[in-house]
Amino acid sequence: MKLILALAGLAMAASVTFKNKTIDYPADPPGLPDRFELVTQNCTGCHSSEFLTAQPKLSRATWAAEVAKMRRVYKAPIEPGDDAKLVEALVALQGG
Amino acid sequence: MISRRTALAGISGAFAVPALARDVRLGFGNATRLLGSGFSEKGEMIVQRTRAPLLETPFEVFDDGLFTPNDRFYVRWHYQDIPLAVNARDYRLKLSGAVSRPLALTLGELLKLPRIELAAVNQCSGNSRGFVAPRVAGAQWGHGAMGCARWTGVPLKAVLERAGVKPDALAVRFGGLDEPPPEAPRFLKSLGMDHALDGEVMIAFAMNGAALPMLNGYPIRLVVPGWFSTYWIKALSSIEVLDKEDDNFWMATAYRIPATVDGGVPPGTTQFESVPINTMPPRSFFTNLRDGAIVPPGPRLVRGIAFGGASAVAKVELSRDGGVSWQPATLGTDAGRYAFRGWQATIDFAPGAATLHVRCTAADGRVQPMRPVWNPGGYLYNAVEKVEVRVA
Repeated sequence: MKLILALAGLAMAASVTFKNKTIDYPADPPGLPDRFELVTQNCTGCHSSEFLTAQPKLSRATWAAEVAKMRRVYKAPIEPGDDAKLVEALVALQGG
Repeated sequence: MISRRTALAGISGAFAVPALARDVRLGFGNATRLLGSGFSEKGEMIVQRTRAPLLETPFEVFDDGLFTPNDRFYVRWHYQDIPLAVNARDYRLKLSGAVSRPLALTLGELLKLPRIELAAVNQCSGNSRGFVAPRVAGAQWGHGAMGCARWTGVPLKAVLERAGVKPDALAVRFGGLDEPPPEAPRFLKSLGMDHALDGEVMIAFAMNGAALPMLNGYPIRLVVPGWFSTYWIKALSSIEVLDKEDDNFWMATAYRIPATVDGGVPPGTTQFESVPINTMPPRSFFTNLRDGAIVPPGPRLVRGIAFGGASAVAKVELSRDGGVSWQPATLGTDAGRYAFRGWQATIDFAPGAATLHVRCTAADGRVQPMRPVWNPGGYLYNAVEKVEVRVA
């Protein structure tokens, strides 16, 4: 019985063939409201906006650290002069 | 848990917006998420993030069987530039570094190598992060960033032996087809040499008997039984044998846990000795009884799933008194030590309120804690699960 099952498993696996494959990808969800244009510009080049709106309420310091990490590690092209305004916008996005 | 709501309609008019979208609440603050069916080769999934995809398995799927269907299996990518097209003939798995014979294997060559098959849980390091208290930033998963599949593939050991690992080799580093933004670090993970050669770490080409969905790593992904999914590189394309410790960002800085016994530190701690995240601790869940449910008085079959993590499920126990005393549940089919294992128990519910806890102990002695561990990454969550029901 075990042997039969093992063979059946192998046959199933052996039937795997690699084909050329292409998939479609869905569009982003609707964007953030216009007043969060700075967030849209600086954040959504690399990820859709649900990642921001799904976060728990984060402090200014935590948002500032996230912005700094995005620039330092992931090379997000955020103008250093925009940091303070961007952090305020992210805080506001969470309801202030 | 699931409700229907009217989605915002008529936004710019450029896209057809569905009139109704289903949403789900995951049980922590700010946890309402849309359910989406627009992802290729995927059924209805909890959309944590569209781009790069973070798709969570709706929890009711885990009540349907020990193996998570490929089209409901969770998805997690770091960078938005993920493979959306694979040319099977041109695909190469490259082996380089401290080896005698660098290789560039075709998929056809891989299929000619020896095969193994095993059932194993794949769980995101941050599964259940939404329940971490105090909360931490990151993907705010419920409990569905996990799944169990039967994986078929070639032992990594067979491929490494074919390439001839040099005596000074220390680690093996893996990369896939996903690409970082310009200048950002490529997503790379590594395993120690002994681990890589253990015969269980696998280059998988099938999942539950079928080819992998593109979003789960078609055509091949690494399977690292008992270890968190961060090591299970998808669309595996490069294997480098290293003669020194891997100092790349994704090993040296990201996915680190406190070097404490349980991987936890007092909430708010930022400075601690750390190690790369590694094996999974045990977990267990109720799958046919929800927190807040109303059940009729009398006996009722309560069931769920458990897994031991790095070792088998030794026992699953239930408590009806807040964790003071525990009674064993009956375990279901053993699909292998790395797999989900079903459990069940008949509970006689008396009118009023009832609280149940479920706890798994693994064969290696690890046991679920009553209180969750805390670390700033929100990793390793495995607290005992609780359901409170009203009996009426």
